[in-house]
Amino acid sequence: MAGPSHQTTLTVADEPRAPTSWQRFRKHRMAVVGTVVLGLLVALVLLGPLIWNVPIDKIDFRARLAMPSAAHPLGTDDLGQDLLARLLYGGRVSLAVGFAAMLVAVVIGTLVGAVAGMSRGPLDAFLMWLTDLFLALPTLPLLLLIIYLFRDALKGLVGPEVGVFVLIIAVVGGLRWMPVARLVRAQFLTIREREFVEAARALGASRLRQVVLHILPNALGPVIVAGTISVAEAIIAESTLSFLGLGFPPDTPTWGRILFDAKDFLSIAPHWALFPGLAIFLTVLSINFIGDGLRDALDPRKVR
Amino acid sequence: MTAPLLSVRDLSKSFPIQAGLFGRSKLAVHAVDRVSFDLRAGQTLGVVGESGCGKSTTGRCILRLIEPTGGSVTFDGKDVRALDGAGQQALRRDMQIIFQDPFASLNPRMTIGAIIAEAMTIHGLGRDAADRRVRVAALLDRVGLKPEHMRRYPHEFSGGQRQRVGIARALAVEPKLIICDEPVSALDVSVQAQVVNLLKDLQDDLGLAYMFIAHDLSVVENVSDRIAVMYLGRVVEIADASALYAGPQHPYTEALLSAIPVPEPGRHKVRRKLSGELPNPINPPTGCHFHSRCPIRKLPLCATERPEMKPCGQGHMVACHMRG
Repeated sequence: MAGPSHQTTLTVADEPRAPTSWQRFRKHRMAVVGTVVLGLLVALVLLGPLIWNVPIDKIDFRARLAMPSAAHPLGTDDLGQDLLARLLYGGRVSLAVGFAAMLVAVVIGTLVGAVAGMSRGPLDAFLMWLTDLFLALPTLPLLLLIIYLFRDALKGLVGPEVGVFVLIIAVVGGLRWMPVARLVRAQFLTIREREFVEAARALGASRLRQVVLHILPNALGPVIVAGTISVAEAIIAESTLSFLGLGFPPDTPTWGRILFDAKDFLSIAPHWALFPGLAIFLTVLSINFIGDGLRDALDPRKVR
Repeated sequence: MTAPLLSVRDLSKSFPIQAGLFGRSKLAVHAVDRVSFDLRAGQTLGVVGESGCGKSTTGRCILRLIEPTGGSVTFDGKDVRALDGAGQQALRRDMQIIFQDPFASLNPRMTIGAIIAEAMTIHGLGRDAADRRVRVAALLDRVGLKPEHMRRYPHEFSGGQRQRVGIARALAVEPKLIICDEPVSALDVSVQAQVVNLLKDLQDDLGLAYMFIAHDLSVVENVSDRIAVMYLGRVVEIADASALYAGPQHPYTEALLSAIPVPEPGRHKVRRKLSGELPNPINPPTGCHFHSRCPIRKLPLCATERPEMKPCGQGHMVACHMRG
């Protein structure tokens, strides 16, 4: 039936290609702006400390709570430490924690949601029960408990810095997968009944193939948005932990940590809180725009 | 006479529904209720009936997209319901389906070429990707689309074109039987004729058998060799197309036929209108399901006993206490 006719292949090249995902992404202006801003932030925290090589822990009481000046472009804190240096250094930790925890949350959430949405029956009920359980757990006491229990063991295993990093990512990501799981399950329940999935079943596609090729790509939109939100949540959660003395050591100036230290001086030194707040705000905003752009770029129906 | 390609006997599917708290009283909807028919290679069986009469469910049970609860399906001498994984996979090559809604039946994130080639990939047809591309191009050409369309996405096509893509996907595995689940009901009338003609051409060229599901008799008249009329999960009449149109036996068939408009000004057919609504399938009328709306019902039997299929002519069967 499908007898090969070799002329037909030649004409294929004439047809203009449908816009690629990248072309669609570029048309999303805010997403491009977000990418540029986020790229700048990442470049700053990576390269900044090499250029602005003021030590982050040099205490100078003569310059306590100094407003921004030539010597201290972003001012100083209550110990006279240079804020620019601290922000640049701390940004590495904050951004790394934010992205890694988001990945953990999205991967766990997608796995749980996909398995629940495909299985139906007892496994689905169990997984949703587990999700509800995690949602109902008070996060903070649980965080404290886990960190008290495992911090020393992990530190011994991989060293203090990496140990705390892994622990925080696991804990923050591990407690934020539930909304993703619910979203993915809901998407799966509707999409698996759509006719194109039934068509794949009728063609004999395996369950894995149905999920990977047909259901998951059509379920990703809300997941991406949820993922971008969890980056912001993770950055904030890390600062909460640091504030409680359970995150990174107090002398590691993550953005959240600086913000918390600054909160008691809002009226006399607003710049102290302003700049880390701005950094978090810019990061979250750009990631949200990028998420929007990604969602549209991955959807071939969107031609703008 | 050779053995039929597809033989369906007493096929049944009931969906349980839970009524009341804790699902104490379990009821069931008998979506398909002991349906039987034969379909020969290269022929078309039209299946008509109102929405919810179980015609689509019947089609999906034959494909085992829905697991039937009773009866048997024999395809090409094989018992479909007893097949293991490998047998099932082989069956998927022989039986395909075309869906009603061309907007829902194509994955919006795959190109036309990828959609059609997927069928070949699953069944290991074609030597390599390049060979499959040649086959896809030939298939697109066969269903009246251009080979260069393979790089486009479904949303770039009209309903009729998408339905052609759906047909090409079904043809990609070289099936013997295609279940057409209302393939033209979602299309404009002018496009309907094109798609129906395409299906007929393909049947002539490739010797396909169709089970052609539709909700009115005028569409199936052109394509069918035999026609089965369904009402609330049961087949009430089955006959060769010409015999059914010339002499419908079941009062429900008569009513359906009289509803077809006559393209002749001034001529008025006697319309046999049915009173009442389609009964609730959860709680269908006793005896003959149709007796609550039947214009010729007389026997008390109609309300108490299910009419069995009785022959009433050459290859003509009807399930009515009053006829046959």
